[in-house]
Amino acid sequence: MCLAIPGKIVEIFCDNQDSALVDVVGVRRKVDLGLLQDDKPVPGDWVLIHVGFAMSKISEQDAADQMSTLRMLGEIDGAIEEVRGYGLEDAN
Amino acid sequence: MRFVDEFREPKLISKTAEEIRRLAGTKLHYRMMEVCGGHTHAIYRFGLKDILPENIELIHGPGCPVCVLPMGRIDDGLSIAQQPDVIFAAFGDMMRVPGTQGSPLEHKARGMDVRIVYSPSDALKLARLNPDKHVMFFAIGFETTAPSTALTVMRAKAEGIRNFSVFCNHVTIIPAIRAILDSPDMRLDAFIGPGHVSTVIGCRPYEWIAQNERKPIVVSGFEPLDMLQSIVMLLHQLRAGEAKVENQYKRVVPWEGNRAALRAMAEVFQLRPYFEWRGLGFISQSALRINDEHAEFDAERRFAVPGIRVTDPKAAQCGEVLKGVLKPHQCKLFGHECTPEHPIGALMVSSEGSCAAYHNYEHRKTAMVSLSPVA
Amino acid sequence: MTLESVSAPAKVLAESVPIRFLDPQIEMAHGAGGKASRKLVEGLFAPLLFGSSPGPLGDAAQVDINGTKVAITTDSFVVNPLRFPGGSIGELAVNGTVNDLAVAGAKAEAIAVTFVLEAGLPTPVLEAEVRAMARAARDAGVRIAGGDTKVVEHGKADQMYVTTTGIGRPLPGVTIDPCSVRVGDRILLSGPIGDHGITILLARGELDFDANLHSDTRSVFPLVDALLRAAGPGVRWMRDPTRGGAATSLNELARDCGLGMVLFEDQIPVRDTVRGACELLGLDPLHIANEGQFLAVVSPECADAAMNALKSTPGGREVRMIGEVREEPAGTVLVTTLYGGSRIVDMLVGDPLPRIC
Repeated sequence: MCLAIPGKIVEIFCDNQDSALVDVVGVRRKVDLGLLQDDKPVPGDWVLIHVGFAMSKISEQDAADQMSTLRMLGEIDGAIEEVRGYGLEDAN
Repeated sequence: MRFVDEFREPKLISKTAEEIRRLAGTKLHYRMMEVCGGHTHAIYRFGLKDILPENIELIHGPGCPVCVLPMGRIDDGLSIAQQPDVIFAAFGDMMRVPGTQGSPLEHKARGMDVRIVYSPSDALKLARLNPDKHVMFFAIGFETTAPSTALTVMRAKAEGIRNFSVFCNHVTIIPAIRAILDSPDMRLDAFIGPGHVSTVIGCRPYEWIAQNERKPIVVSGFEPLDMLQSIVMLLHQLRAGEAKVENQYKRVVPWEGNRAALRAMAEVFQLRPYFEWRGLGFISQSALRINDEHAEFDAERRFAVPGIRVTDPKAAQCGEVLKGVLKPHQCKLFGHECTPEHPIGALMVSSEGSCAAYHNYEHRKTAMVSLSPVA
Repeated sequence: MTLESVSAPAKVLAESVPIRFLDPQIEMAHGAGGKASRKLVEGLFAPLLFGSSPGPLGDAAQVDINGTKVAITTDSFVVNPLRFPGGSIGELAVNGTVNDLAVAGAKAEAIAVTFVLEAGLPTPVLEAEVRAMARAARDAGVRIAGGDTKVVEHGKADQMYVTTTGIGRPLPGVTIDPCSVRVGDRILLSGPIGDHGITILLARGELDFDANLHSDTRSVFPLVDALLRAAGPGVRWMRDPTRGGAATSLNELARDCGLGMVLFEDQIPVRDTVRGACELLGLDPLHIANEGQFLAVVSPECADAAMNALKSTPGGREVRMIGEVREEPAGTVLVTTLYGGSRIVDMLVGDPLPRIC
């Protein structure tokens, strides 16, 4: 289940505050914001879209954090292994 | 595409795969189940098995809402639509699923008014545009999709729309995972948790898997880097002998879930005492029906349905493949009597069903394929 | 369009030939260009019309009339809506026919066209299509030589169906034959895929998406001509990937020559908007119809010349080398990624359907 795609809120419709125009690389569709009424998005926000409904706001900070973690992957453990290779542990 | 392309970055994927190989070592064999059909599809679409080490085995779980729908339910939905002036509206996923008298598309070719919709709100729109017809929306999906159906029913009620109903086949994920873990022939080390279901239910509902069953579970996104990072996180837990729930898909999944979505579901649905899951049998408290307050939108109450149970041929080993006990190609019917063109069992009818996915994307690959350009 | 090349009239007693098509009735999938279509053609039409072992089926047939070779093709156009961004049924009819002949290595000379019109069709609608056809024919340098019209009752035709038959002159020194494809050959694609099919899908209005997209309908003859001039003997096979998309065309080739088509995903050109629509709807651009592109398989020796010729021809700027022919996986199309993942791409059974799962 669960084909859901990130899209950017372009415009909140005035006549119906619960819907917005969302853009996904140039494809636009009216999306229902009813599931985000506790945390209403504004134009410029990114949301996850599933069957024409916004399911969640996308946190740019969390996405950036994830990319940092991935980029550092193996570097910390790799550094530890490299240090082990110096044979310093037995010195104690 | 933002929030998509970054998580498909080839160099980073290779690096993460390398980290997985380092963590997985060579001595142990890890069996990880991805519950969600969307993850099964992603594994094949991105060719992730090609870059994982041999000792990490991905087992496909039962999270395919089309696959687990018994044929009798499709017959029921189609029988409603056979009445005059009824429009059958459903997602594209349903269109080729065979009932005993053919699929919705085949019924369309014979004159039934069948429409593909992208959203339940599109089905409601059809009802507004066709006041002299009745629109029956054939609803499927796990908790990812159920809130959208619920909200649509609420909107229909608020607008006083009379010519709209829902044939509700929404199912819930936790009972399915329980059925897997209760199965005696199952041996799993960890779970890759369903990312989009979790945007609704949050991460708490999985705590019993970690605490009672002692299996690590990481709620995962659907891009290649999401799934690979989730596997890294699972390996860390397994190597440390830990079992906890972790959220890899933080950018989208709130730990507490989506309260508004859960409220909408509680407003419109109630749990069925039991529901038949194709390949898994009857599971109690595992599916939703429209509640009494919204009975006018319940297609099963507005129309009479045959309700006839249709059993699968005994030779079809869907249950074992669904539970991950057998691999698709190990079922005797796979690729012969049962193909995507002529599906016999549940897992071949949907493109994310493990048998269909394996047949379409994988089984003709040979081990000898070398992937760098020839010259 | 699938036709058999024959050099003499087929001497077949149709009554005695069994058919291999087992479906009890015709379904929509049989017209979608995928597996079901192929089963119908190979299992029913081919044995009865082309003889017991017809060989590979192509886009146009070569007929020898007393020593003069003529290429002939026929096609029917059923599209809803009739008019869409970038074109209409009229343009599709002309360009589609010209393109079928082009990828068979022939220059279209004349087209005969048949209209099946639904009673009640407003005249301005018909007029607009006929004007579009006239314009497209002029642009493509092809003559519309004649035609026929039938009118059927309201409800028996979706406004109008158009059928065309095109004849053309095979270009000298050109042999298009899937059996000439060799391991190491390069697979070229003239430009971005998916524009037409997604435009039509959105134009139907059922899915409520909007995008700044238009059909890619055009004659590909100038590009094919440039390719053949630059690389003539090295061009093994060509096809215009219409219904069923590039995946279907390449699967047919893979089956016909028994080799593997290995594609490099990062090299397959797809416009952002088409990509976005496909991601939203769960579709693969490789399965989406195109009306202004073509695939070519060329020998490695002439690949550079082929690419340069196409790039320097108007409309050919976006050509890409998207893959190559290998021994394995035999008879199959495989898409590979930069990080070492791969997936098989098969023909669909029927039309691609949006999904939410």
